[in-house]
Amino acid sequence: MRLADQAIEFSPLPGAIPVWRAAVDAADLPAFCRAAAEGGGRLVALWGADERDRGQGFRLHVALALREGLAWLDLALPAREPQFPDLSPVFPAAARMQRAVCDLLGLRAAGGDARPWLRHNGWPADHFPLRRDIPAHTAYPPQPEDYAFVRVEGDGVHEIPVGPIHAGIIEPGHFRFSVVGEKVLRLEERLGFVHKGIEKRFESLPLHEGHRLAGRVSGDSTVAYAWAYCMAAESACGCAVPERALWLRALWLERERIANHLGDLGALGNDAGLAFGLAQFSRLREDWLRTNGALFGHRLLMDRIVPGGAAVDLSAQAIDVLAAQCDTIEREAHVLKAIYDDHAGLQDRFLTTGRVTPQLAARLGVIGLAGRASGQAWDLRVDAPCAPYDRLDVNMASHRNGDVAARVIVRFEEIFESLRLIRRILADLPAGEIRTPLPPAAEGAAGAGWIEGWRGEVLVALEAGAPGAHGATLRRCHCHDPSWHNWPALEHAIMGNIVPDFPLINKSFNLSYSGHDL
Amino acid sequence: MYQLLKQIVRTGIRTEAAPAADETLRVTAQRLQQAVLARLGRALVIRQVDAGSCNGCELEIHALNNPYYNLEALGIKFAASPRHADLLLVTGPVAKNMEIAVKRAYDATPAPKLVLATGDCACTGGIFGESYASHGRVSSVIPVDVAVPGCPPTPLAIMQGILTAITGARKED
Ligand code: SF4
Repeated sequence: MRLADQAIEFSPLPGAIPVWRAAVDAADLPAFCRAAAEGGGRLVALWGADERDRGQGFRLHVALALREGLAWLDLALPAREPQFPDLSPVFPAAARMQRAVCDLLGLRAAGGDARPWLRHNGWPADHFPLRRDIPAHTAYPPQPEDYAFVRVEGDGVHEIPVGPIHAGIIEPGHFRFSVVGEKVLRLEERLGFVHKGIEKRFESLPLHEGHRLAGRVSGDSTVAYAWAYCMAAESACGCAVPERALWLRALWLERERIANHLGDLGALGNDAGLAFGLAQFSRLREDWLRTNGALFGHRLLMDRIVPGGAAVDLSAQAIDVLAAQCDTIEREAHVLKAIYDDHAGLQDRFLTTGRVTPQLAARLGVIGLAGRASGQAWDLRVDAPCAPYDRLDVNMASHRNGDVAARVIVRFEEIFESLRLIRRILADLPAGEIRTPLPPAAEGAAGAGWIEGWRGEVLVALEAGAPGAHGATLRRCHCHDPSWHNWPALEHAIMGNIVPDFPLINKSFNLSYSGHDL
Repeated sequence: MYQLLKQIVRTGIRTEAAPAADETLRVTAQRLQQAVLARLGRALVIRQVDAGSCNGCELEIHALNNPYYNLEALGIKFAASPRHADLLLVTGPVAKNMEIAVKRAYDATPAPKLVLATGDCACTGGIFGESYASHGRVSSVIPVDVAVPGCPPTPLAIMQGILTAITGARKED
């Protein structure tokens, strides 16, 4: 499918990546989605907005990944009984996003799963906290909650409920396993426990400060979110970011990717019985974070990316330190990879465990590193590269086995590729300014930022509001985590495996709860 | 196996490495170990509870078990259940959807219990604040003994917070 062949009129948004925006009607939307899916397009995100204060109704936003870039569709909905076509038959990943839009704004998909998703007992079913006439601090009394889990009937089937608080140091969520003996027949996830009203919070912030909140949607992906937010804000303001700042952003994004892969590879070894792996990888990760702290002022690199550029620069000396650290980490990671590869016990636990076949991954729309381990060869750094990735020729890791082993291999390959990219960035880093003031945004100006974080692609879409005391306000900001797409895949990955393998399988995806629950 | 052993030998003992940068760590670690021994005479057991964090604080809590900080060697363990815990390490603002679970974890922890609010969000509500979905600071839901600021606090700051908690200095929140 090509955008030019469609009856819909698209207009480009200015900015660092190709974004095409169009208004659609209720009949066009599913038709366009079907045509996009048949042409290899994917659903990126689905969210809503309240436009009643502008004398309109509501609006549904749908973002799709197409060959030409990001297609951002707007569907106007009436103020009374806003309903939209159910997109989950075309894109299964839409199902939970539609439930979230219903919980927060009261926009309902016609048909599909009508159960709440982010709403637990925090507010009544007929109140919608993201509506603009609901104050952010509205305090609701706790509501009764009776969530309808799907029951598996049969001889010898029993249920194991786990969470929301888990045994280890991990985020909260609820998992309900239906098992026969040790074998898992079905897993049903119940998420939303760490929903803390992030989208509502954005609406009280000035546009030029939202990057700090975006950088805390999912702390492990703070660089990806901050960059996506700034890209969106810079697009809305028509801001040209100094080149050096863009290269610094890429340096940090790759450092974040490596930090997370190092941490997860250690945890995966540990979950498969090799405590040595955890000790070694966590040591490398600590070295890596200490360098972040020493050179950039924050171990996790929070708030280093700011609207208009970067908050800290890099000295010539620091470049040498970073390059030397790449050599050390590369050497050590190769040794550890050889140990993981040759360790029979480890490979026995990794191979064929938690499989998501390429067919299943394509149907579910699995993205990011989990997608690339299941034959979904898609990486924004390759397919829709923003600067400086358009100059870096990223090699994409891609495998087809879709098991824990494949997700481990993808992580190793991405470490080595990111090390190569960091060396290139250090060698070719352009000179010049690292920050420029953000020009004022016109009221209603929109922007999108789309970044391949370590887990997968992060989307931030925002709209500037009226000018306030501190510059433009934020009328609406939606952050989308790749975990939305991959949580449903985890439900499939565990099927037919044994319960004790769940922590290992779960870790091999390492999805975000906070990024998803918002 | 040979590769594995070689790597272990080559790595050596990393705890207390890099003396210049780690002097505070060395001192904190020693005091922490002494305090655990003096107060408890056995391992200190911690239950971590994420009440709504962005997961950044969890990353630094994980780091406590890496070979540099090596919390376990100081006699401090993370437990899978609050029933065995001496101390709750709570992160994040308390999401309303987590309120019941947090209160239950607190009630299930045997007295005398300590609560360490870890990170800006746990101390004050942080960047997320209070809203229809968030209670803000941890002390608005359960009693807090010590608050460790930082976004996220460094592993060293968390260790110092644990030390403060077990040596009995109570900081009113
Ligand atoms: S204190 Fe900072 S790192 Fe910790 S949960 Fe809050 S935002 Fe995240």
